[in-house]
Amino acid sequence: MMIASLQRALNRLRSFFRKKPLDHDLNEEMASHLDLAIEENLSSGMTPEAARRQAMVRFGGVQQAKEQHRESRGLPWMDVLGQDLRFTFRTLAKDRGFTMIAILILGLGIGANVAVFSVVNTILLRPLPFRDSQQLVWIAPPPQTCGLSCATYSADAYDEFKAQTKAYQDITGYFAFSSPDNYKLTGHGDPQPATGIEVMGNFFQVLGVEPEKGRLFTTAEAQKGAHPVALLAHAYWRRQFSGDPEIVGKEIDLNNTPTTVVGVLPESFDFGAVFSPGSKVDLIVPEILDNERSWGNIVTMIGRLKPGVTLGQAQAEANMVVPHLCWSEKQPQSCGDYASGKDGGMELRTLKDYVSGKLRRSLIVLWAAVGTILLIACVNLSNLLLARAAARHKEFAMRSVLGASRRRIVQQLLVESLVLSAGGAVLGLGIAFGVTSWLAHQGSLALPLLSTMHIDGAVMGWTVLIAVVAAFLFGLMPGLRMASGQLQEALKDSGTGTSAGRTHERVRAALVISEVALACMLLVGAGLLMRSFLKVLDIDLGFQPEHAASIKVQYDAPTDQAGGLKLGVTFRDIITRVSALPGVESAGFVDFLPLGRNRAWGTPTPKGKTFPEGALHGPLVYVVSPGYVQAMGMRLHGRDFSWEDGLKSQPVVMINASAARVYWPGEDAVGQILVANGGDSRVVGVVDDIHADNVEGDPGWQIYYPITQQSPADAQLVIRSKVPPESLAGSVLRALRELNPTQPAAEFRPIATVVERANSPRRFFVLLVSIFAGLGLFLASLGIYGVISYSVTRQTQEIGIRMALGATRSKVELGVIGRTLRLAAIGILVGGALSFVLAKGIASLLYGTEPTDPLTFAAMVVVLGAVALLAGYLPARRASRIDPMIALRTN
Amino acid sequence: MGDTKLDLLQGTLDLMVLQTLTAMGSLHGYGIARRIEQISGDEVLLNQGTIYASLVRLQHRGWIAAEWGVSDNNRKAKFYSITKSGRKQLAEDAAHWARLAGVMGRVLAMQNEGGDQ
Repeated sequence: MMIASLQRALNRLRSFFRKKPLDHDLNEEMASHLDLAIEENLSSGMTPEAARRQAMVRFGGVQQAKEQHRESRGLPWMDVLGQDLRFTFRTLAKDRGFTMIAILILGLGIGANVAVFSVVNTILLRPLPFRDSQQLVWIAPPPQTCGLSCATYSADAYDEFKAQTKAYQDITGYFAFSSPDNYKLTGHGDPQPATGIEVMGNFFQVLGVEPEKGRLFTTAEAQKGAHPVALLAHAYWRRQFSGDPEIVGKEIDLNNTPTTVVGVLPESFDFGAVFSPGSKVDLIVPEILDNERSWGNIVTMIGRLKPGVTLGQAQAEANMVVPHLCWSEKQPQSCGDYASGKDGGMELRTLKDYVSGKLRRSLIVLWAAVGTILLIACVNLSNLLLARAAARHKEFAMRSVLGASRRRIVQQLLVESLVLSAGGAVLGLGIAFGVTSWLAHQGSLALPLLSTMHIDGAVMGWTVLIAVVAAFLFGLMPGLRMASGQLQEALKDSGTGTSAGRTHERVRAALVISEVALACMLLVGAGLLMRSFLKVLDIDLGFQPEHAASIKVQYDAPTDQAGGLKLGVTFRDIITRVSALPGVESAGFVDFLPLGRNRAWGTPTPKGKTFPEGALHGPLVYVVSPGYVQAMGMRLHGRDFSWEDGLKSQPVVMINASAARVYWPGEDAVGQILVANGGDSRVVGVVDDIHADNVEGDPGWQIYYPITQQSPADAQLVIRSKVPPESLAGSVLRALRELNPTQPAAEFRPIATVVERANSPRRFFVLLVSIFAGLGLFLASLGIYGVISYSVTRQTQEIGIRMALGATRSKVELGVIGRTLRLAAIGILVGGALSFVLAKGIASLLYGTEPTDPLTFAAMVVVLGAVALLAGYLPARRASRIDPMIALRTN
Repeated sequence: MGDTKLDLLQGTLDLMVLQTLTAMGSLHGYGIARRIEQISGDEVLLNQGTIYASLVRLQHRGWIAAEWGVSDNNRKAKFYSITKSGRKQLAEDAAHWARLAGVMGRVLAMQNEGGDQ
């Protein structure tokens, strides 16, 4: 039976595509049938005429028989669909203006939705681009205030944790303190800067990343004394080595060390996109832990759980193991440090959660905002279709009289909606494609995984889904209304002013109100986020990013004290030289810029004082040269470091105001002695708090050591200038090259870009939500205009009569504007109430702004009111220009 | 029955066609229609044209096969014949009909059995 029905379906499908020959066959067969019948009738003695007539009578309707035959033979619904499509294309082509506006509105709505879905899909929905990525776990201490040093583990702790746990297939990690441009590639013309990350030898094996060319690191290559090797990131290989197919096995000079390229990573692997959003990583080298035993907390940990082990089980095991971890095996007193303190312990989260968890809420808000846009677009389309419905009433009444069933008419209208929606989807996909490829190349946007974004199957599926849902949303209601119209009413010549028209009007008014309410919610949301963003931009960072820029200076790390002394001299030379350049106000060195990487060195304590346990924590450490404080535009109380603070003189430090207040409450910290980094240091200056780790949070504590007494981890030259800093790039680099010919052509970065990068996620969301709010406002105003304008057209006669009876122009005008404002006011009231509730939902995304911010709500009312006024004014003016005589004569 | 003719129940025409082809062997559309009219004693209301929808249905199901040929009086016509699976189907349907007809006959022959005792 199954086979028979399948066979039947196949035959029907085949027949559907062989319409012509089959029809021909049928015609012949019927002709022969009639011939046979006539012949038989003739032989029974009829006249030829009677024989023919009799045959025809017995046969019945030839056309009906053919129809019946076709229906049993092929796919009748496909034939109907084909007819509907052809008819739709014809009507839409006739009404080109309507079609273009409808497709444009839908294209914007669908495009915005698809673009946002791509972002959401890339960051939230899609699994990380690693094998069985749900098994990957980010292993770190709970969030603390002392920066990266409190978010990482020491080499010994790493090894021990790995040895003691059973929950993992394997554990890996990477060195967390690499700074941008930390490598120098020589041997290809000018020395080129490159950013490299040191990872554990098993890093890629644990993540499940296969090289595109060559091989991954071996265990031996991560041991002390191994020959240096490197893996190249796909983009770097293409850019720097022009995609050299023979690159594997070649030697390159990295920091003056010949290094063998063992492989090229696949394009799909982007270290920065996952672990360090907004930065690019060029090459990966193995981390040699044995060289770094005494460096403190330096590595992150990523584990791959064994199959079947849950996060909870792994966490329980970690809680058992952590108290046994030692900061250093050689210092027994450091054992248990990781479990002590109020923030002690270990917090496991899935790698996915670590990468994108904090964006979840923002992205969901964005998704909701863009969904609202689509709703508004659908309401608008419904409105447009209703206006068209009024004009096409007679057409459908006629079809109905000629025998079209109600279902058939609704179906026809839905096909029209689907065709419009499909057009919108195509346009929307184009828009989304442009937006996503632009976003994917915004390297400075600190959002994870964004560079891996592309239009994939899920995005296509989403597009189809929302296009179909939208078509039903905006098409069904007008379709049903049109099909249910009273026939006589419609067929009578006078179509205007009837009761059917009035219900139409009411429905359209309701649509406009809902449109205004939706736009209202978007405006409030965007307004609140915008206010927050402005507040964030207003935050006193403690330094002045404007007119300052930094460049990474290449130097050879000193190996002994003499080298250290020499380095101090070099730095001083550079500052003297650069300060002398025209336009430069001041210059100074720092090893880590604010809002970038950072670290802490234990917990300094004021000499001779005791504090309850947990009252003090490790401030972020910056090693700076004299002049840095001034170059950054920081505010200082006391004195700056001087070149005279040397290895032979007293150790000195500067601390920030927050730390000073806790160390010496009520006293001046300048001149006091702080026990820091294993010795007594005199506090020579107190600087105002700077936002070193993040823009929006608590500034935390910072401590500054002089570059002449502590060796810096890196050297960023910060320059403050009167002229735009970019104009100095050339002369600064020339000066650096004169002192050090191997100085790579490092990037000259305005400090403002550092702040911009830190603010980029917020800016990204504000920008998008504001664009959506603008779009929503625009669509809502179109909707208002459409409805009012249509009602004026419909009431031309009525207005004409009223004017003939003495109504003034201004009275007519005011009447129309009043109606508009009434609709808008209801919409604003409903929308305002809804926004009030919804704003609470985004409270956690706001900064320094109450969800009930009166200014935002007031601004929304003013903006929407003004737009409604404008949208109503144009038709109102038209109404007041109606000439009573002409109005009464027409129709 | 007088002047009014029987309307064909849904699906009965297919069965009649199958039975006709079994009885008569290979036959063209006109032949089948005529045969059914004759057998029914002109009691059935049959527009001969409707036979073609039935024929294409049966053909799609694989119960009959069609072939162009020449009639006794030398006219080109399409000849239909029943297939093996068509015979099987006919047997099933005929049995079903016989049962249904029997039941209907018994029900309609029901007398007033002691209803007013």
